[in-house]
Amino acid sequence: MSAIPNPLALIAELTHRCPLHCVYCSNPLELQSRSNELSTEFWSRVFREAAQLGVLQADFTGGEPLARTDIIDLVRAARAVGLYVNLITSGLPLDESRLAALVAAGLDHIQLSFQGAREEISNEVSGTKSHAQKLRVLEWIKHHRVALTLNFVIHRRNIDQLEEMVALAETSSATRIEFANVQYYGWAFANRESLLPTRQQLDRSMAVIKRAQERLEGRIRVEYVVPDYYAKYPKPCMGGWGRKLMLITPSGDALPCHAAQVIPGLSFENVKERSLRDIWERSASFQKFRGGDWMKEPCKTCDRREQDFGGCRCQALLLAGDAAATDPVCSLAPLRPKVDAILAAVNLAPVSADSGAPPAAEPLTRPSWLYRQNPA
Amino acid sequence: MTTLELSSRPRLAAGCRLGENNQQRILQMPERALRLNGPSLEIVQRCDGKHTVQQIVSELQQIYSKAQPQKVEEDILGYLALLQKERALDFEQ
Repeated sequence: MSAIPNPLALIAELTHRCPLHCVYCSNPLELQSRSNELSTEFWSRVFREAAQLGVLQADFTGGEPLARTDIIDLVRAARAVGLYVNLITSGLPLDESRLAALVAAGLDHIQLSFQGAREEISNEVSGTKSHAQKLRVLEWIKHHRVALTLNFVIHRRNIDQLEEMVALAETSSATRIEFANVQYYGWAFANRESLLPTRQQLDRSMAVIKRAQERLEGRIRVEYVVPDYYAKYPKPCMGGWGRKLMLITPSGDALPCHAAQVIPGLSFENVKERSLRDIWERSASFQKFRGGDWMKEPCKTCDRREQDFGGCRCQALLLAGDAAATDPVCSLAPLRPKVDAILAAVNLAPVSADSGAPPAAEPLTRPSWLYRQNPA
Repeated sequence: MTTLELSSRPRLAAGCRLGENNQQRILQMPERALRLNGPSLEIVQRCDGKHTVQQIVSELQQIYSKAQPQKVEEDILGYLALLQKERALDFEQ
């Protein structure tokens, strides 16, 4: 089995509990309750096994990872076995002393999520008052030696504010900004029609990003993830199924990607019962779409199959009803017309009452969001 | 400052550190990692905020004395520029 390359990153979904209710949350619609969460001891074992398997970095995420009262111990445990520790957080359950303790425990990198550059849209999207606290956290982080990325999730309602977001990042100690357009799974799929940007917005955003990248080179790395509905070819989802990443859910199930639970007929192994290496190398779920044997046409004979691996399996399931289909966002996919129809609806809808005018910053009516709930 | 000059003293930025994996030295960074071979490891180990770029060049020219000194300098400046673009370095003047 030595032909299987080892995973490079472990995504540790420590909890599904979260003070925010973001309308594009990547968590599944069915959330795990606190009583099902793995203990400190189990997570520590997972980190040790991951390091032995060759994993380099651990991404602590959730939910809100700081909702775990043992977060300091978890950071220490992951660092002790040699992992690089990323904390992906809203910053809400943070104060100055807790931040200092996290850094002292060995935290390498904080990814602070922002819902926008302005209070109003941020609070609307997250369903809670959150923006002012994030600004406080930015100030506290300046006093610590820890890497900082500002993560902005981008969609129709905030894509016209990219310049303001860059300006916000420039007032902080961030060395990296990640602008990621919403990916349409889970809660985001349910809110898709209110979140997809228009073609005009997207084109403008690409120009803004390019200017920022040039201006900030050597100071801040600016990364942009476009919405793949507008792409010509699909994204190499997770760097290929079972090739680079492993995700552990709050209750210990090992998944090849965030949304894999939507695929019918797949069952997942739990880290309480099997070792990480065993799951990575031998479980049916990790082997299911690994390599290219499962592919159909046009992927099977496509020159790009080693680049994008047929795209995203969960998106294929959601849009084509078949997880083994070519990702319908691909321009070569038989079902691409379905994606084009979704885009046509988004682009034909009146954004502003004045013809020819740029899109209004705030539409007249609010979308009827489906807010992410909290686990029982 | 963010400029790369012979007199500047590069050091690894916050969140960038040396690590090891499968007997291979690596540079860990936010969201990525770089494998380090002989010369790149020698360079990164000297990015400590104390060595000037000039000193790094001189020391590596001694270690790799069979290589052309000019070529060693060019390679080092190129590698430091790459690390700077990755935002892995701070510079003390």
